[in-house]
Amino acid sequence: MSLIVAENLSKQYISGEITIDALKGLSFEIEPASFISFVGPSGSGKTTLLNLIGCLDVPTAGTLMVSGMDVSQLGRKSAANFRGKNIGFIFQDFNLLPVLTVYENIEYPLLVVQNTPLKERRKRVLSLLDSVGMLEQKDKYPDQISGGQKQRVAIARALVTNPKLVLADEPTANLDHKTAYMVINIMKKMKDESGTSFIFSTHDQKVVGEAEIIYTLEDGELTERSDKGGDRHV
Amino acid sequence: MNSPKEAIKEAIVMFNLLRIAIRNLIRYKRRTLLTASLITIGVVFVLVFMAISGSFKNMMVSQITDSFLGHIQIHKKGYVSSIDTLPLTMNMETQAIKKVKKAISNVPEIEAYSMRIKFGGMFSNFVETTNVRLNGVYPKEEIKTVPLFPERIIKGKKNIVKGEILVPELLAKGMKVKIDDIIVVIATNKDGSVNGKQFKVGGILESATGPGGRDGYIHIDDALEVLRMNEIQISEIALRINDFANLDVAYNKLRNILSKELNEESKPIFEVHTWEKLSPFYNIARMIDAMTFSIRLMLIAIVLISIMNVMIMAVYERIREIGTIAAIGTLPGKILTMFVLEGFSLGILGALIGNVIGVSVVYILNISNITFDFGRQTGLVLSPTVNFTDILVISTTVIIVSILASLQPAFKASRMEPIKALRHV
Repeated sequence: MSLIVAENLSKQYISGEITIDALKGLSFEIEPASFISFVGPSGSGKTTLLNLIGCLDVPTAGTLMVSGMDVSQLGRKSAANFRGKNIGFIFQDFNLLPVLTVYENIEYPLLVVQNTPLKERRKRVLSLLDSVGMLEQKDKYPDQISGGQKQRVAIARALVTNPKLVLADEPTANLDHKTAYMVINIMKKMKDESGTSFIFSTHDQKVVGEAEIIYTLEDGELTERSDKGGDRHV
Repeated sequence: MNSPKEAIKEAIVMFNLLRIAIRNLIRYKRRTLLTASLITIGVVFVLVFMAISGSFKNMMVSQITDSFLGHIQIHKKGYVSSIDTLPLTMNMETQAIKKVKKAISNVPEIEAYSMRIKFGGMFSNFVETTNVRLNGVYPKEEIKTVPLFPERIIKGKKNIVKGEILVPELLAKGMKVKIDDIIVVIATNKDGSVNGKQFKVGGILESATGPGGRDGYIHIDDALEVLRMNEIQISEIALRINDFANLDVAYNKLRNILSKELNEESKPIFEVHTWEKLSPFYNIARMIDAMTFSIRLMLIAIVLISIMNVMIMAVYERIREIGTIAAIGTLPGKILTMFVLEGFSLGILGALIGNVIGVSVVYILNISNITFDFGRQTGLVLSPTVNFTDILVISTTVIIVSILASLQPAFKASRMEPIKALRHV
């Protein structure tokens, strides 16, 4: 069963008297345990699409199934519940909570969102800290670590709830090339270890190459899908 | 209903939300300290004001009730409304007195009582004559009921002796009488016949504010003689309660018992009044209470405005954080709780420090032995006290208001669209 099924997915924004078609009838399917990138210029609809998949927004038309659930009409509370159980997020600006340590930031979704018991929490957090190479920094606060380290923590936080899907909007935009590669490689490694699908949007052509499937968006339309093997669909 | 396991889980989540809230407060140290200081100042001000005004009020009440009024008075129905004329026709007679005594014996909160014959007469020093209001009392009972009475005797014997009169200070000055002078009291009894009796001036009595505060005193046997009463007749019975806090209890018991005593027309024979209904000082006491209430309202306003302000700022500054936690699945209710806990913690902090400082200030005032004058009484020592109930009421008020003040900003945070919040710069 596909992890994500989108059919004729559209999103319009109305600003005063102007209607902006951010997404125009997108249809695609994404399989579980995929490593997928959405690329395209600014304003092409990448972030809008990730927001829809992440249940942060609802489509204007079309249907969107995520993990077997129609998420196109979810209410605020149901959407929050669904996100907490099924989706992890990695943000461009890392968005770690400044008052929590590295350990506590990763622990937060288990503690506040999922009410996971202490033992299980500790096991999962320490394991992920180890996987992203941040075990020694676990007691530091976000302002005491570098950008690359912050993004590694964000990856661990996104994965700690064992989500089916991790969405990353421009996860490497604020990182240098070397760190960006490292972060993408960690994401790949985590995908292989956990079987979680990663979908990320990016501008960075070098990073794009690491994705298994690349969707190209232009003016709210899917213009191309290219697989790592070299297959191209227009 | 939640199972105990789920309740424990929820408690752990609450504890962690509280921990995050406290860390957020620590994160903005200066702002937190400023807001907490404002609440602290408010709490200290209210506590100290309540302690001082309470002390002043208690002292005044005690001066009035313990020096002449008593805590409760019993009269024949209608007497109080005609008290200015001191009508002898409205005195309680033997049967009525027996009923009152029986009622008193059924109220254990009553510590002592004093029967008084009150009457008006003429006071003559053989040169001049003037009006006088007199109380005929049993000295021992009177002193038990109003124990500060002897302190009002500024000259002469600190007692009421048969054949002697305690003359009110102003009357003594006006009539130029001194201790051991002989004067005559002339009075008309209820049958209309006039009688007079010579008295030796046994003491000069300090005036006091309130009804009966400028009356002279004689022994009750002398009063009976002047008024030519064959049987005892009583104008009022003043009562003393064992603990002032039991005033209402004793009053209600007594009123319940005596309200059942009806005359032939099925109307009550007696009327019972607490000092509050008899003394004009009660209005001053009520003003003090009203001022205390106003000060409490000011504290509420301080807490409400300061916490609301700081929480609105906190929400505005942390919009992206709110977006992040909402995006990763934090339910709106938990976001609301997190911000409410922040306001709650600020309230607790302010109330805690305020109570500690407030109690310390009250303690310092106590050991400083500050004195003040009230009317003719000088050198009264201010002894402010704070009781646990006051602290509890103030702290609860501050905490409840803190929570209420946080609700609007917290609600705003919980209703924020994560997508908009994440875009916020």
